[in-house]
Amino acid sequence: MSADPTPIPISPIFGRLSLESFPLHEPIIVATFAAVVIGGLAVLGLITRYRLWGWLWRDWFTSVDHKKIGIMYMVLGLIMFLRGFADAIMMRIQQAMAFGGSEGYLNSHHYDQIFTAHGVIMIFFVAMPFVTGLMNYIVPLQIGARDVSFPFLNNFSFWMTTAGAVLVMMSLFVGEFAQTGWLAYPPLSGIAYSPATGVDYYIWALQIAGVGTTLSGINLIATILKMRAPGMGMMKMPVFTWTSLCTNVLIVASFPVLTAVLTLLSLDRYVGTNFFTNDFGGSPMMYVNLIWIWGHPEVYILILPLFGVFSEVTSTFSGKKLFGYTSMVYATIVITILSYLVWLHHFFTMGSGPSVNSFFGITTMVISIPTGAKLFNWLFTMYRGRIRFELPMMWTVAFMLTFVVGGMTGVLLAVPPADFVLHNSLFLIAHFHNVIIGGVLFGLFAAINFWWPKAFGFKLDVFWGKISFWCWVVGFWLAFMPLYVLGLMGVTRRMRVFDDPSLQIWFIIAGIGAAVIAVGIGAMLVQFAVSIWKRDQLRDTTGDPWGGRTLEWSTSSPPPEYNFAFTPVIHSLDAWHDMKSRGAERPTQGFRPIHMPKNTGTGVILSAFATIMGFALIWYIWWLAALSFAGILTVAIGHTFNYRRDFHIPAATVETTEGARTRLLATGT
Amino acid sequence: MTIQSPLVAAAEVRFYDLDEHDHAEGHSTMLGFWIYLMSDCLIFAILFACYAVLGGNLAAGPGPKDLFDLPLVALNTAMLLFSSITYGFAMLAMRQDRLRQTQAWLAVTGLFGAAFLAIELYEFQHLIHLGATPQRSAFLSAFFTLVGTHGLHVTFGTIWLVTLMVQLGRNGLIQANRRRLMCLSLFWHFLDVIWIGVFTFVYLMGMLR
Repeated sequence: MSADPTPIPISPIFGRLSLESFPLHEPIIVATFAAVVIGGLAVLGLITRYRLWGWLWRDWFTSVDHKKIGIMYMVLGLIMFLRGFADAIMMRIQQAMAFGGSEGYLNSHHYDQIFTAHGVIMIFFVAMPFVTGLMNYIVPLQIGARDVSFPFLNNFSFWMTTAGAVLVMMSLFVGEFAQTGWLAYPPLSGIAYSPATGVDYYIWALQIAGVGTTLSGINLIATILKMRAPGMGMMKMPVFTWTSLCTNVLIVASFPVLTAVLTLLSLDRYVGTNFFTNDFGGSPMMYVNLIWIWGHPEVYILILPLFGVFSEVTSTFSGKKLFGYTSMVYATIVITILSYLVWLHHFFTMGSGPSVNSFFGITTMVISIPTGAKLFNWLFTMYRGRIRFELPMMWTVAFMLTFVVGGMTGVLLAVPPADFVLHNSLFLIAHFHNVIIGGVLFGLFAAINFWWPKAFGFKLDVFWGKISFWCWVVGFWLAFMPLYVLGLMGVTRRMRVFDDPSLQIWFIIAGIGAAVIAVGIGAMLVQFAVSIWKRDQLRDTTGDPWGGRTLEWSTSSPPPEYNFAFTPVIHSLDAWHDMKSRGAERPTQGFRPIHMPKNTGTGVILSAFATIMGFALIWYIWWLAALSFAGILTVAIGHTFNYRRDFHIPAATVETTEGARTRLLATGT
Repeated sequence: MTIQSPLVAAAEVRFYDLDEHDHAEGHSTMLGFWIYLMSDCLIFAILFACYAVLGGNLAAGPGPKDLFDLPLVALNTAMLLFSSITYGFAMLAMRQDRLRQTQAWLAVTGLFGAAFLAIELYEFQHLIHLGATPQRSAFLSAFFTLVGTHGLHVTFGTIWLVTLMVQLGRNGLIQANRRRLMCLSLFWHFLDVIWIGVFTFVYLMGMLR
């Protein structure tokens, strides 16, 4: 391969890192950096001022409690969401400006990093943590378990995901991020065309986070299969648990592919192998195939749990059991299987020929059948139900209306001849934002509004919730419908400047839409703040504020660390509804010591080493990489010498906790 | 709900398990480890797929027939297969609660593993010496990566094996250690199965094509 014209000097101590690695010439980045430093120092100062470090370390960072880990995942997702959205709004402003000879305000080097970072962050560090956090929090509660199968691994997984996020954030201020688009196709992402650190940041952030995701997938599968309360057969599992199971199967069956393909790309970049190069027999299309064999299941990893959320919400707020539970389960399983048979629709234009394209076009269209069945199930659940339009239900209805449009444009794109016209156009961008925002994000907002009272013991404020809801929904339609139009007119994605002035109005409308969404995000943050402020008025003492149907509503809000003083015994689907309707008595005596896992700091330490190792590999600081790898091995092996990983919560403690709840329940009603 | 289930008819419906016992320690470890192995299997599947697609792309460089030394690979295969047998003996000894014997068989397994790695490293070194480096062609990239990834797994397996021998020495055949031995056993035999795939598809079929 042709070498880089000006090879970067590699020092034995600092690798590629030098003063020039810091983008001091980019005023936007310097200003952002200053803001982050000031904000960060303020947060650190406040934590120190109120002496919260010990509390954070003992009660949160080292916790193996699935509920706390779930909440930490959600916080990570929220923080990264703000970063990802900042990227989005910068792109919208650039594209609305850059007409008639104007270059906009972003140079191409910066702009290309922004659209790459936006995609990577939104998928890997927003949607994934949100979904994983949700499953972590809810699944053990729904199946009547006290924790997950491997509590330490759970903590470790979270910190590995965080390590990946830290690396991505670091790339903003040290060096640069990839300029290749979110899937880093070679040969562009090869060393010949991307010699700098950007793609390396991409690779190591995803590899380290991927370890966490895979392990968390294994953990949740084992949890669901082995830790269900007595009596809960597979077909008595709540739908959310079912969709979580399918999602985790997808994770375990697809993330190893990503790990493998990124390893091969890094071998090409670091060792000089020829997997995806243009010469010496390499095949860039091999990469595109492999990454989409992971990538297509990935979109179902994101959406399936939210299908579960919509099912729980629809049935709860319609006051009916879910219509067609069995068909819902089978639809989920069919989607799980089909999601492996459609990957080629991401590159019909590769030129595989009509037979191959037809096969993948048809499998793609077939997916809309189980998905359609799900939609009808939700509608029939609502039919003749006593519907309460609380916030979770509003998000669910918004989802149904929005997602159907996104689904239909998806079927349109599944037609290979149409795809030849629409491939890589803004029509595609509009389509997948339509399903990811309208499906995944709306679902997450439904879930947050639904389960917040379970996690914290008070409901979210309705007024600000509604403002956020309307801004999001209106903003979404304003921001993305113009992209459908532009895509149909042939505008391709990832453009920085435009010539044709007649297109500008559409980009301006999309920009206004993004601004409306920004108000929606702001309103949501205000909603959280106001709710915490007014938590005493919004307090729920029953543990079951919505008239829930599944087991998580049977325990207190927030649940005690052991979740259930006595493990529930399940007799039917919608176990808690069954218990309520048959007058199950909550036991108030005869408590026993409860066996629980101990907290450990090993996960934090391992992930700190992993972050350092990633950074060292990105910058070619070989000694540091070797050292931190040795650190990982030593700590991991050392951890296996600790055999005392559990303890018992004394019966007296359980009795005190449960006694307090008994009194609260007596006064509450 | 008008139809009463037989449970209701029995009057005493239990909604809570009042007489609960601790979950057995490590109750889902074997399942979890098995699922992990399947995910690892997928990594190998991808590497096999790459070899299948790129294995013919010699880029005018040397091919399998020029490079592979089948007697050496057969010897190597024997090392790994023997190590699997001796691991099996270690497990039998564990079943009979014979700590010393278990450790002895583990040591033999470790030596066979080390011999396998030594032969593989020698083969790699020899190929590189001939100019058949991983950079030479897509075929060689795929070859070195597939075989090397397997070798890396054996290396970690050996480190794990040594760790377990130390832990057996300290704590004996306690339940936790037995479970760990079972996991490593799965891992070790799994690597054997993968190697049989490598031996067949890379070496034997490589000589044919």
